[in-house]
Amino acid sequence: MSSPLPDSANPFAPRPTPARRLEGAVSWIFRIATYFVLACGLSIFATIFWKGSATVFRAEFPFVNTAFFTQAPETLYVFEWQGEKREMGDKEFRVFREAEAAKAAAEGRPAPVIRADSYAHSAGGIFPNVVGTVLLVVGSMTIALTLGVCAAIYLSEYARDTAAVRLIRLAILNLAGVPSIVFGLFGFGMFVIFFDWNVSLLAGWFTLAFMVLPVIITASEESLKAVPKGFREGSLALGATKWQTIRKNVLPYALPGILTSSILGIARVAGETAPIMFTAAFVISDRLPWQVEKFSDMFFQGVMALPYHIYVVSSKIPQNEYTERMQYGTAFVFLFTVGLIALTSILLRNKLRGRYKW
Amino acid sequence: MDSTATASVPRSRPLATPPASSAGAERGATLIDIKDLDFYYGAKQALFDINLQIPDKRVTAFIGPSGCGKSTLLRCLNRMNDLIDGTSVKRGAIKIRNVDIYGRDVDPIELRKRVGMVFQKSNPFPKSIYENITYGLRIQGVKNKTRLDEVVEKSLRGAALWDEVKDRLHESGLGLSGGQQQRLCIARTIAVEPEVILMDEPCSALDPIATAKVEELIHELKKQFTIIIVTHSMQQAARCSDQTAFFYMGKLIEFDATHNIFMNPKNPQTEAYVSGRFG
Repeated sequence: MSSPLPDSANPFAPRPTPARRLEGAVSWIFRIATYFVLACGLSIFATIFWKGSATVFRAEFPFVNTAFFTQAPETLYVFEWQGEKREMGDKEFRVFREAEAAKAAAEGRPAPVIRADSYAHSAGGIFPNVVGTVLLVVGSMTIALTLGVCAAIYLSEYARDTAAVRLIRLAILNLAGVPSIVFGLFGFGMFVIFFDWNVSLLAGWFTLAFMVLPVIITASEESLKAVPKGFREGSLALGATKWQTIRKNVLPYALPGILTSSILGIARVAGETAPIMFTAAFVISDRLPWQVEKFSDMFFQGVMALPYHIYVVSSKIPQNEYTERMQYGTAFVFLFTVGLIALTSILLRNKLRGRYKW
Repeated sequence: MDSTATASVPRSRPLATPPASSAGAERGATLIDIKDLDFYYGAKQALFDINLQIPDKRVTAFIGPSGCGKSTLLRCLNRMNDLIDGTSVKRGAIKIRNVDIYGRDVDPIELRKRVGMVFQKSNPFPKSIYENITYGLRIQGVKNKTRLDEVVEKSLRGAALWDEVKDRLHESGLGLSGGQQQRLCIARTIAVEPEVILMDEPCSALDPIATAKVEELIHELKKQFTIIIVTHSMQQAARCSDQTAFFYMGKLIEFDATHNIFMNPKNPQTEAYVSGRFG
């Protein structure tokens, strides 16, 4: 506006009404709330990254702590030796002690008494835990996706809208709200005791699968329903059977949505501690899952898992600087693993979504 | 347009077990015989006592105001209504080539291979043009590449779309214009060589030029197919159909040669509708 007008000439000038003032205040409240949440999230990630990277990375080549990724957790022994503070893992410490005893015997001295403080799970690495978590995720997601997608197809494509089907839907929705510890107890009673599978991979798979099933069924059903009716009608009008229609002309288009839901499922399955603590998780195991006599034994043994390991090192052991490394290192690796799985699914989904657009 | 392409194909796969006499049914003879048909959506009756004989290789138009039952009747003819819960034919019968299509020995899957359908909203699948056309054959287990290629060209020529899309057969069918999409759906339908093509307001979403092309196509297609078209446009019915059925409130009011329905209707309700006084 080049020529200034008198105030009275502008009917659109802002007026300091209460609604006007509230507008400004409200937008600030929302903004602050959002940034507060963001700050909390970032500070959690930053702490884990900062403290965890001290355990995970190394300054010299190969820049990662290979022992942390390749070894099993061990007890850490901390002691003074000839005026020097030494830290040793369980195996190393035993070798050291025997060597010193032998050396002393050769010299005709009594074996030296080494007073060491021991910290459980604070040496070695978390290789079996990563393996266990990956096995739990892959197995339970396979079970959950197979059952869940089948159930979703039935509910969305085959079932008629009867009272019974509505009841089933309601039950599924409710199941999604059941606390995970309840699933853990159910799995313990059902698979560990009743089926006599003991604490095993198999029991953990089914418990975790049942826990994510409601999410997967609901989300899969939604993505199946989002496929336009015209695709089904067009296919059926060409003489396709219902299953041909679903397989060729409905399911492929629903797949990106189903994958999105399974990303959420993966994050939950990988992260839940409660369902596996009674059914599948070992505090410590001296064998890797595939070190079994016959192949089928693999499914009937417990595994170590990342979230349960975090729980063990954080709750059962008094806090100290040595254990803290383990806690944050494990949390770091855990977040990274989940992030990697989720990223893979997102990339896969985007690829599929690009192929089917309407 | 190469309209003779599909004409030479022998009609195979009988619907159920047609009488021997039906093989050489002549043009214009009754193909679909609807008798005393009462149709219900749950407890609500949608069609009342419909009696209608639809001749072979002609274009029959169903007209009437919204909710008059014309689409419902159309969808009865290939049993698409089976997909809706609670629908039932409570009385009467629909016979195609003397076979009751609601009979116990009729598989709706086989019926729909013989009675194709083109929908109001064009619904090309989110696949390539080629895959759209071959969809019907592939689900029947046809894998022979040469055969599929032939059918694609023949069907696209039959639907007057070949010249427009022959260079992009492997691009998505959704990249076509609205009118082309609808002709693609027609091509997909004729690729399985049905006997009857049902068209449910095929031009309601198209502009006048695309509509004219589809109407021209209908003219060509009736040489080989029996066509039944539901339309809201009376001009369209007048332009492209041989006979017209007027429906009102679930009842068939009048069925006659199109010329008679528009120029010389016998029923006052028909007259009121075609002259634009209601509907």
